[in-house]
Amino acid sequence: MGGIVSEQSPPQLDSPSVLLEMRDIVKAFPGVVALNHARLTVMKGEVHAIVGQNGAGKSTLTKILNGAYRRDSGTIMFEGREVDFSTPHQAQVGGISTIFQEINLVPFRSVAENIFMGREPRRFGLIDWPRMNRESRDILARFGIKLDVKQPLLNLNVALQQMVAIARAVSFGAKLVIMDEPTSSLDEREVETLFDAIRQLKASGVSVIYISHRLDELHQVGDSITIMRDGHTIEEILLADISKLEIVAKMLGKNIGELSREGTTGFSESKTAIETPPFYVASHVEADPVLSDASIELRKGEILGLSGLLGSGRTELARVLFGADKPDKGSLSLDGNPSPIASPRDAIREGIGYCSEDRKAEGIVPEMSVRENLTLAALPTLAKNGIIDPDEQAKIVDRFVELLSIKTSDVEQPISQLSGGNQQKVLLARWLCLNPRLLLLDEPTRGIDVGAKAEIHHLIETLADEGMSVLMITSEIEEIVEGSNRVTVLRDGRTVAEFDRDQIDQDTIIAAMAEGHDSLPETVEV
Amino acid sequence: MASTTPRFTSGSLSLPDLVRKSSQTQRALFALILLSIYNALATTNFLTLATLRVNLTQVATIVIVAVGMTYVIGSGGIDLSVGALMAISGALAPQIFDSQRALLRSEWIGIPLAIVIPILVAGAFGYFNGYLITKFKIQPIIATLVLFLGGRGIAKALSNGNLVEFNKPHFDYLGTGRPFGIPVQVILMIVIVIVAAWALRSTTFGRYVLAIGGNERAAELAGVPVTRVKRQIYVLSGLLAGLAGLIVVAINTSNDPYQVGQDMELDAIAAVAVGGTPFTGGRATVVGTLIGAFFIHQVRYTLISHGVADGTTRMVIAGAILVAVLLQRPKAGWR
Repeated sequence: MGGIVSEQSPPQLDSPSVLLEMRDIVKAFPGVVALNHARLTVMKGEVHAIVGQNGAGKSTLTKILNGAYRRDSGTIMFEGREVDFSTPHQAQVGGISTIFQEINLVPFRSVAENIFMGREPRRFGLIDWPRMNRESRDILARFGIKLDVKQPLLNLNVALQQMVAIARAVSFGAKLVIMDEPTSSLDEREVETLFDAIRQLKASGVSVIYISHRLDELHQVGDSITIMRDGHTIEEILLADISKLEIVAKMLGKNIGELSREGTTGFSESKTAIETPPFYVASHVEADPVLSDASIELRKGEILGLSGLLGSGRTELARVLFGADKPDKGSLSLDGNPSPIASPRDAIREGIGYCSEDRKAEGIVPEMSVRENLTLAALPTLAKNGIIDPDEQAKIVDRFVELLSIKTSDVEQPISQLSGGNQQKVLLARWLCLNPRLLLLDEPTRGIDVGAKAEIHHLIETLADEGMSVLMITSEIEEIVEGSNRVTVLRDGRTVAEFDRDQIDQDTIIAAMAEGHDSLPETVEV
Repeated sequence: MASTTPRFTSGSLSLPDLVRKSSQTQRALFALILLSIYNALATTNFLTLATLRVNLTQVATIVIVAVGMTYVIGSGGIDLSVGALMAISGALAPQIFDSQRALLRSEWIGIPLAIVIPILVAGAFGYFNGYLITKFKIQPIIATLVLFLGGRGIAKALSNGNLVEFNKPHFDYLGTGRPFGIPVQVILMIVIVIVAAWALRSTTFGRYVLAIGGNERAAELAGVPVTRVKRQIYVLSGLLAGLAGLIVVAINTSNDPYQVGQDMELDAIAAVAVGGTPFTGGRATVVGTLIGAFFIHQVRYTLISHGVADGTTRMVIAGAILVAVLLQRPKAGWR
């Protein structure tokens, strides 16, 4: 029934307690190698955590395991035999079930139907409803859950739906359950229920692969960990033998205590503390599901570095500041008054610009030319009665193409034909031509070449010198260390630390990202 | 192409090369010219002023509606309700100028109102489409399906389901008038095409339409008022459909709610597709739509004037549209 099982491979080759071994897994997508000889070993009955930054390859690895993607090369041994699943369904039948972030069950069918869908118990060729309902109740009871299994799934909250997904995995006789960010939309009590279920799975000999960016959870529920970076497996170790701090350092590719190499960025490193009072202050912002208590303040002429791991709420906080998302709680004040910003349009009117970390999805309009992309935000200022002034437009476009040395054969060229670095410059120019007082830059140098990177660093610095305020979100610790006047660190949606210029160094920041910081500076309190 | 190759080398370009390098709009224009040459040679009376006038008169309403559709499709949407909105507008006009209210019996008040009100009502229904799409995040194809199905029902209710005949020369002028020998609706068509083509390039509204179609999330983050612009787009489509509905009933000097604007949504969509506006949004060409409408119309005219059966005509038009859309794929070509 299962995947293609090679008959040559001798059963139980390795130590009998190894359930899964993925070796030398390579997977390339157009333009990027997602996995480069990655490794993963999972023991029987253990909870195995996988961590890594955005793009480290953890999702790709599990998708190759469950048959959603095909690998380019490498071997997968499962229960001592080589397997090669070509669909998630095959993997499920073969003993590997995946529980996705977005639960992929059928909302309008009953709980029992969802658990048994595709393999309903039959009697005389018809579905044996009493048996199906009974068995569903039994499986859920093992996890301490009692509910009416005849009700449609959509009546349940996300946490219970997840339990149904786990029950479904159990009913398939899963030996290995993959959970991808299972706690991202759960509250604390629900997380406990989930952990109980995971322990229950473990007790019955089922292994769990647990992908999460919430580091606290790992030591609570996990046994061992695989750390990935840039498609490589960096470390495979028991969780008891590694601290959170070391995990984060390895995710970022740093060693604690190692001196940071200087001058690796285009920043000049002659930063001084900026003493002006803050003009835009966010305090104790909550925004479901990520931000729980985020505070930040921005000062004129300052580059504020915003650090944090994936999922710490960096992008979410920037979006709140830009009016793209509404906070549930907390306050924003601009120039001493309650902030009037309720939409990106309002933010732009207040002189704020935002460059998204996802250039393709939220930055460029691919069909449009360099000229049209560059002037998109400035159109209201370029038009009289809704009619665009072509001369004014040409003047601005020419000026910024020259100022940022944007390499394009013609401003009428579609922006999609430009290199990543030049696209990013056009997007920066989109805001700079409005002469903003605050620029929110989310991963401004991601995926662009070294030369363009240095140019953008230099540009950011020049702008700040001229009085513009810059919020720089970046995963590259060098950029934070060398480029910021001040650093704010987020962890699990909370502001956990704030450092002034003379306190900024690599280890301190990594420590704050990993473990937080107990004492918040007084200044963040408003 | 490589910069060392001269752009125009006489005789070295094969036909497939030409097809590959030209834009869809240029190909549609080329096909239209070929078809016109064929008709000039093979179809009797093609090269007469009367034939030209008849053809222009017939194509004008399609073009007017298709211009609105070009904006809609350029924004990444679609509007299935335009035919039904034409019927509503067409049904409303006689209700106004045939009203027994004293005020409306005066030609000077009744006729202008019978033109302005139906167009505005159609625009209001367009706003309803835009409201469904922006407020409830309903897919445009579903949101406009509501009025596609329900709108004609409203038109029937307005005219009690009957064919309404009327005799109002001042109103009929909209369909039969010929200042300087040019039919009124052709003048309207030309003005609308020119203004719409200009506005798409040179106004913030036009730029916003295409930005939304190209990347809605990016547009929103660049401060484009996405909700407002989307509603305006569907209002525009509704207003133009309203005008086209009036022209149709004015030509017929009667209103048949079952017939006015029948299949118009499909003709308009086909004209946009053949003209070279991609359905993925972000790019649009009003002039292309004009050419597309002329091409489809002339295919139909050619077949009918050569006595080809209606069923065959439909199949040929379908085939022409298929070829046009296949050519429009990214990296189009014969492969």
